[in-house]
Amino acid sequence: MRQLVLLLAVFAVIALAPFVIASEFSLNLVIMVLYAALLGQAWNILGGYGGQFSFGHAAYFGTGAYTVAVLQVQLGINPWIGLVAGGLLAIGVAAFIGLATFRYGLRGSYFALVTLAFAEVLRILSNSVDFTGAGVGILIPLAPGVANLQFETKTGYFFLVWTFTLAAFLAVWWIGHSRFGASLAAVRDNEEAARALGVNAFRVKMGAIMLSGLFSGLAGVFYAQYFLYLDPYIAYGPAISVESLLVPIIGGMGTLFGPLLGAAALHAVSELTREIIGEVPGISLVLYGALLVVMVMFLPRGLAGLGERLFARRRPKAGETGHA
Amino acid sequence: MLEVRALRAGYGAVEVLRGVDLDIARGEIVALLGSNGVGKTTFAGVLSGLVPAWSGTVMFNGSAIAGLGAGRIVDLGLIHVPEGRHVFPNLTVRENLELGAYRRARANRARNIDHVVSVFPRLKERFSQKAGTLSGGEQQMLAIGRGMMAEPELLILDEPSIGLSPLLVEEMFDLIGNLKREGLTILLVEQNVLQSMEIADRAFVMENGQIRLSGKPADLMDDPDLQRAYLGLA
Repeated sequence: MRQLVLLLAVFAVIALAPFVIASEFSLNLVIMVLYAALLGQAWNILGGYGGQFSFGHAAYFGTGAYTVAVLQVQLGINPWIGLVAGGLLAIGVAAFIGLATFRYGLRGSYFALVTLAFAEVLRILSNSVDFTGAGVGILIPLAPGVANLQFETKTGYFFLVWTFTLAAFLAVWWIGHSRFGASLAAVRDNEEAARALGVNAFRVKMGAIMLSGLFSGLAGVFYAQYFLYLDPYIAYGPAISVESLLVPIIGGMGTLFGPLLGAAALHAVSELTREIIGEVPGISLVLYGALLVVMVMFLPRGLAGLGERLFARRRPKAGETGHA
Repeated sequence: MLEVRALRAGYGAVEVLRGVDLDIARGEIVALLGSNGVGKTTFAGVLSGLVPAWSGTVMFNGSAIAGLGAGRIVDLGLIHVPEGRHVFPNLTVRENLELGAYRRARANRARNIDHVVSVFPRLKERFSQKAGTLSGGEQQMLAIGRGMMAEPELLILDEPSIGLSPLLVEEMFDLIGNLKREGLTILLVEQNVLQSMEIADRAFVMENGQIRLSGKPADLMDDPDLQRAYLGLA
């Protein structure tokens, strides 16, 4: 319960951002941090809590983004309906990938490779059909207005992504306190023992991948409405998949606040390098790679793990120290 | 309580169990013995629904359970503690125990946790520690304790003594003996013949996917040919 109060308090403070931050540039930064936290939290459900490392979360992100964009541009369907459709289709894609992998017991690196392959297949498909605009991409016409899920100011977008992100964090809080979450942790830690206790491992993993896909899809919907432009590389390219997993790995996998810490750290670092080095093509990828190596070597449990460790060092509990 | 007839199972094209017959009465400890690779663990897996049966019948308290899902079999009270200290390393001892009541006896969790830590006092000392930090013996105790959380009618223990030091093996068998005194029915799958024979009411010896011998431990142990042929004793 304390964790829920803390979560709501943190999001309440973040909600003040549009009222205290005057510059559009800084508010944009907060929006991008929330968006990255949303992507990361989506991955965290399946990867951090479920132990299934996906390298292809772009599959869900791109599906959400293309759904809302294509429905608007090709069929004139309102983006609010597109939002719901994008979320549902992302769940559908996740269910399909889940069936194709978990049904056949794919785990570890095999699961990772297959998810990567699915995202790439979707990228190539979206590059070769007409209704997505193929390689040229798809441009959503500017039509500001709440009815069109477009906003005159950044404040509107801020609250759109804030709502999605809060929903993702509440879902993860629930996972941490539910029977579903307990079975998910059991499957992550030891699938065979979980099955012996009567946990339906397949069903649990399907639940996790679909919930994960939903929030990635919503991140895609937000992206499409915010930037109003998509192409196959943006929507289904590996950059989104990498960002999705980098955020929770930096912040702390399998923790509620990890993705928020990771998103803030990632954006702080990339802004800082932009200040120092300037815009060099590909520099962010080099940076992400280096960051990943450093985190895995020195802080395998992420920033959240570091915090816990410092806290524990200050207040060691009796009987909880080392053991032979 | 448990009646297995002509049970066959395997993996892919490989037949591991070639017609197994075995029965267990309420309140007994039955030892299933045999050397590595004869099909003991497969047999335990078929009983608990983790490995599909090819043919044959498994009657548990009057209902046919072969082919039911692992979850349904847990619901009926047949609880399997798999081989190899399968604890959840990133969860605390308490959380591990709570997961034992995932499907059965959920309402009695608090009471059963108290009971488990009274049987395994070492778990109480480690109550909020992550299971991965426990020693091998403690992890095995936790795995058994987690099985007890579901208030089993029949508890299958697969190789509870494997990989433990001789002193701990002794302690483990004492603890299993205590569980019987509490009225638990136990199928003990073991390679450790001598110590299993000490606490078992009856024993079955498996060879090459079939039961070759069965009877009371005293009778089995007295036969020198049997010792040589099946138990690996000189």
